[in-house]
Amino acid sequence: MTNNPKLHIPQPAARPGEVPDFSYLDLSDAGAVFRPPTNARAAEIENLALEMVRVLDDDHVAQGPWNPDLDKDTLLEALRLMVLTRVYDDRMQRVQRQGKITFYMQALGEEAVSIGQGLAFEPGDMLFPAYRNQGLYIMRETGLVEMMCQCLSNSRDMCKGRQMPIFYQNKKKNLFTISGNLATQYPQAVGWAMGSAIKGEDHIAASWVGDGSTAEADFHYALTFAAVYNAPVVLNVINNQWAISTFQGFAGGERRPFAARGLGLGIPGIRVDGNDLLAVYATTRWAADRARQGGGPTLIELVTYRGGAHSTSDDPTRYRPKDEWEAFPLGDPVNRLKQHLIKLGHWSDEQQTKLEEELRNTVNEAWKEAVSFGTLTEPPFLDVELMFEDVFAEMPEHLKLQRNKLLDLRGEKS
Amino acid sequence: MSRMNMIQAIHSAHDVMLEKDPSVVAFGQDIGYFGGVFRCTDGLQKKYGEHRVIDAPIAEGGIVGTAIGLGINGLRPVVEIQFADYIYPGFDQIVSELSRLRYRSAGDFYSPVTIRTPCGGGIRGGQTHSQSPEGIFTHLSGVMTVMVSNPYDAKGLLISAIESDDPIIFFEPKRIYNGPFDGDPDKPSASWASHPKGEVPDGYYTVPLGKADIVEEGEDLTIITYGTIVHVAQAAAERAGVNAEIIDVRTLMPLDIDTLRESVNKTGRAMVAHEATRFCGYGAELVATIQKECFWHLEAPISRVTGWDTPYPHAFEWQYFPVQKRLVEGIRKLMEVE
Ligand SMILES: Cc1ncc(C[n+]2csc(CCOP(=O)(O)OP(=O)(O)O)c2C)c(N)n1
Ligand SMILES: [Mg+2]
Repeated sequence: MTNNPKLHIPQPAARPGEVPDFSYLDLSDAGAVFRPPTNARAAEIENLALEMVRVLDDDHVAQGPWNPDLDKDTLLEALRLMVLTRVYDDRMQRVQRQGKITFYMQALGEEAVSIGQGLAFEPGDMLFPAYRNQGLYIMRETGLVEMMCQCLSNSRDMCKGRQMPIFYQNKKKNLFTISGNLATQYPQAVGWAMGSAIKGEDHIAASWVGDGSTAEADFHYALTFAAVYNAPVVLNVINNQWAISTFQGFAGGERRPFAARGLGLGIPGIRVDGNDLLAVYATTRWAADRARQGGGPTLIELVTYRGGAHSTSDDPTRYRPKDEWEAFPLGDPVNRLKQHLIKLGHWSDEQQTKLEEELRNTVNEAWKEAVSFGTLTEPPFLDVELMFEDVFAEMPEHLKLQRNKLLDLRGEKS
Repeated sequence: MSRMNMIQAIHSAHDVMLEKDPSVVAFGQDIGYFGGVFRCTDGLQKKYGEHRVIDAPIAEGGIVGTAIGLGINGLRPVVEIQFADYIYPGFDQIVSELSRLRYRSAGDFYSPVTIRTPCGGGIRGGQTHSQSPEGIFTHLSGVMTVMVSNPYDAKGLLISAIESDDPIIFFEPKRIYNGPFDGDPDKPSASWASHPKGEVPDGYYTVPLGKADIVEEGEDLTIITYGTIVHVAQAAAERAGVNAEIIDVRTLMPLDIDTLRESVNKTGRAMVAHEATRFCGYGAELVATIQKECFWHLEAPISRVTGWDTPYPHAFEWQYFPVQKRLVEGIRKLMEVE
């Protein structure tokens, strides 16, 4: 009889064909978690990382101290932006299936994250999004046509054809360029925030990673530097339960919540119902205010569910139950906000249907305009010389020679 | 013998080695239950268990670092890095540790890690799913570097790599996973079913490390290449109407200098081609080697066709990729010199 150590290999609660099981997910009741002042000492509010801040209850009524008391117009705008994100995603997913764009990633089921958090920041705050944060680009009015043109790599593409679809940017609106390499933007956001403090400004920074990406070293660098320098930054983990085929346990989510990752460094963590727009907004606002007041970094874990495939290259039926999303205890963020607005007497099912129809039209019109600027297969195309630009601020000799060589081969002398 | 594509051949190499050697473990993101995003380990976790085919957290530095530890402890880790473009968080562990353990400990410690990773473009992957970083690794002292061009070699070389006590970076051009690609994106995609190298033994066999392969014998010139461009070179030579000797380098480090020397001394003309960027690319080493070894036999300056020195752009994939036309032009220039 031996007592040798045995490796633990994390197992998701359910695989294809099995009954979804979210009993591992610890929930708090809406309104149950205390809301400390924004200048509370980190050591005194560690429970925020372990419990779950929720505002909307099962009857869609806002409860407790985290209720941000948003006015009707703001709530309706948040709903519109969430629906717009979903309609945009749906359309882009379909045009990918038709072969018009090469790739796509939806944020289905996670819309409250980008919209709720986006609304909590000031326009001068610099955001370093991950690839499932299209909602941030939408809510900061990047423009649907601009975003579609990026996905099309066409003549009006903001990235000049350099990036795959969905890797947006918007310098004017303080939205950083998205990287394909996971978590790299996290320490960069901390550095930006440090820069803001060095310059004596009150702009803060924020960044996002997925649950799976928290395993990357960059995530941990970011937390260390944010803690050491007390950087004015809001760091967010979107825990949508899956990282392609591996569930959040493979990033260490089984032992303690991701929100608790900063506790050892003295960074407050908040675990929040990521499908509850009010709670998302309120916790983010709390962290943003704290950072702006000199209180330093906060780590927010947004508990949500990846409703769709990882990307258009993925088939989730191979590794998780088909109906898992339906069993997710935190529901659908769009429906929850809608029901809340109905409950308040500000909204109705008919209005919702009408809104969805309007936004579908808006998106369809945008698509028509976007393709008029070309696609990968239909002109107008981007000028091929652009391939050699922006490698450096000024094109060095060897790149000029290479560019000329390519143009020669195409029979066009430059 | 079976007909296999490159994914099946790589899968088979894993299967054979997991069966044969209990110290072999496969390790990487999404490779276990799911079988890998390219399905190279499909079903192997079920067959060999979760302690032999292990899903990993998303941390390439962690994967390489722990794989080194497994290796030091007597196991033979076969690591999958999901895309070569994502290998860099593991770079320090490869450069500072994996490649030098044996040297710094005077042979007492080593770790026989094999790191497999899909590389190369041609799948509209943009700048983060298309890179060919082999030259960064061939520049190190202490890791072997391989890039395969067909299913037969992929299986045989992967088995050799797993059995080798030296660490190996094993590049798999993803564009040719499902079939050879001759550089013409407008043609319907080919399959390995009718390619001679798609015929693969079911069981154990090896292709030796450090040996180049003469893919086609010829007299007019030698084209030295590897990976996807082997197939482009074959098509380009035909299109240019030349009788080219085509060498698939296969193991980039250590380089099979004898095969190169013999061929170029015979033909007197050499073209070097790869998909990776040009400046300080692996081709520069090939050119330097040929000019040293074959200088008095050369009838024309050595020609070099490569990707441009830019990141791999999504929209201009086929202007970036060294397509047939660019190789044909290189061949013509080389043949013009009397
Ligand atoms: C450094 C790096 N390693 C691997 C990948 C491949 N990859 C892309 S997305 C992904 C899963 C990320 O999961 P998570 O962080 O949970 O984000 P989610 O997709 O769920 O939003 C992986 C492994 C990558 N893009 N970058
Ligand atoms: Mg995730």
